[in-house]
Amino acid sequence: MIKTTNNRAWFLVLPVFISVAFSAIIPLMTVVNYSVQDILGPDQRVWVGSEWFTQVLTDADLRDALVKQILFSGAVLLTEIPLGVALSLCIPARGPGASASLVLLALPLLIPWNVVGTIFQIFGRADIGLAGYTLNALGIDYNYAAHSGDAWFTVLAMDIWHWTPLVALLSYAGLRAIPEAFYQAARIDAARPFAVFRHIQLPRLKGVLTIAILLRFMDSFMIYTEPFVLTGGGPGNATTFLSQYLTRLAVGQFDLGPAAAFSLVYFLIVLLFCWLFYTAVQNVGRAPEQEQA
Amino acid sequence: MARIHLRGLAHSYKDRPALREDYALPGLDMVWRDGGAYALLGPSGCGKTTLLNIISGLIRPTRGQVLFDDVDVTLLPPEKRNIAQVFQFPVVYDTMSVYDNLAFPLRNRGWDEAALRKRVGEIAEMLDLSASLSLKARNLGADAKQKISMGRGLVRPDVAAILFDEPLTAIDQHLKWQLRRKLKEIHRQLKLTLIYVTHDQVEAMTFADEVVVMYEGEVVQQGTPQDLFEHPSHVFVGYFVGSPGMNLLPCALAPGGATIDGQTVPLAPALLEAARAKTGDTVLGIRPEFVKLAPAQGPRVVSATVERVEALGTHTLLVARIGPHPILAKLPEQAAISGERVWLELPAAWTILYRDGKSVARSGVSAP
Repeated sequence: MIKTTNNRAWFLVLPVFISVAFSAIIPLMTVVNYSVQDILGPDQRVWVGSEWFTQVLTDADLRDALVKQILFSGAVLLTEIPLGVALSLCIPARGPGASASLVLLALPLLIPWNVVGTIFQIFGRADIGLAGYTLNALGIDYNYAAHSGDAWFTVLAMDIWHWTPLVALLSYAGLRAIPEAFYQAARIDAARPFAVFRHIQLPRLKGVLTIAILLRFMDSFMIYTEPFVLTGGGPGNATTFLSQYLTRLAVGQFDLGPAAAFSLVYFLIVLLFCWLFYTAVQNVGRAPEQEQA
Repeated sequence: MARIHLRGLAHSYKDRPALREDYALPGLDMVWRDGGAYALLGPSGCGKTTLLNIISGLIRPTRGQVLFDDVDVTLLPPEKRNIAQVFQFPVVYDTMSVYDNLAFPLRNRGWDEAALRKRVGEIAEMLDLSASLSLKARNLGADAKQKISMGRGLVRPDVAAILFDEPLTAIDQHLKWQLRRKLKEIHRQLKLTLIYVTHDQVEAMTFADEVVVMYEGEVVQQGTPQDLFEHPSHVFVGYFVGSPGMNLLPCALAPGGATIDGQTVPLAPALLEAARAKTGDTVLGIRPEFVKLAPAQGPRVVSATVERVEALGTHTLLVARIGPHPILAKLPEQAAISGERVWLELPAAWTILYRDGKSVARSGVSAP
């Protein structure tokens, strides 16, 4: 095939460029605008440079929220990914059992965030909630409104209940895409079930698991509604994660400058983690071969 | 290594098979000799892969038994059967090196590392994989991957047989020849029983000592490549083996011979007798290679209308018609064909009479 070079082809990128500009770049520039100025009114603005950035980066509450956020997202990934893969391995490959499991599994995905929050708020109450009542009856002093640990675990439980099915569905789709011959060859080679998982299934799930990890990371890193509905970020600041902190800053206190500066930092953190996860997953099992090359 | 005996084998993919059509394999009795190189030849969907999977134990047959050296293994799973199978598309364990891939079947069977290293080394040598043993299998091309698949099949020295399920489908044409030659070489060295499934007659003919032709779940003929070419015992074999396939001329039985569109080809009385004892469509078969041009009317000569003549370099292909029935003749290059009518001789030795698809001579006379 003969390849021709024609710079006019760049014009073909123009529609995408324009739509991305309107959907992402221009709104983002507004945030940038606020982050480097103190805007008091339509005609009153003062250039402040990096002041807002310095302020938010040295803010102890914010650092605290960031640490809590990272711990929370870490816990979400460490639970949901293995659990989702384990669930997908248990779903039958075909037949009525498969459809039934998939439908049941997909049900939590249909429920809106705030409804999930409300469900767990009632579910966890010690007086009328099934889980709260049962736990207390078993002698565990569970009260999400009073103990910060309980609140944190309740939000985690919510997220796991709500989103593990997504990981399971993605993983199930990945498993079904593995050709039958791989399993047959493994049987001929007398591979044990764990070897089949380790050497056939897991490597072939890499693509879907990358997507699952990225989706779950981004989503859990921006968690807002569930802790807001459950305890409004409390008790104390126990479940005040980053986005809630940001909302409090921007909407509650109307500190638009610091909020904008922090939004950008937030955005960069998400971007950095996504890049880290993506590169890490893509490089799993690839390191030895680079030594060879 | 073992003799594989299939006894009354039938398989259906349906839960409650009732009709003949429900069966992928309606019933099979067969013996695979120890150390033989077999090709299982047939069109797609004729039950080749089903048969192979039953031998390896991936599928449990609906009825019948599989015996390895007279030991019934029908109920044993593949890992307990001592059998190796290579699949149509290369199966490699991506995360492992080539060495670990080849060692995998042995490690799973508890070999110690020293013996294992020696064996893997030998097999890698045989397949020209020695240089890439430490590479990750994932980075290799399709042909190298298929070599690894084959290597995992060959690495166990004690297997009853190695089954190949169209292993060269995904391989480039010129590498196909190399790998096939390699396989033949390995067969000569190791004296293993090899069963090689293919739908490519050239592949079957060049690889195997003995070709088994399957058609709609049944073995229609088993024999050497030459046997299949010269004495096809079923019209399907005549049609499927050879290029172009056998001429199959519908005919009617008449006193002293078979009549094709009013022209009688004389046949031996015993053959006619045997044919009359059977029912079904009567067909006279002759390979294009054996049809001769005759100068004039004679005892085994029929008249045909010339449709076209194709000069194919090494030979001339005559496409003609006897009444409504097409007939092809592969003639020498310098064959002179003039006019619209030709006289074609059908030599007795190469003319085979079929009733209901099966050769009549075969049922009466034993195979040559």
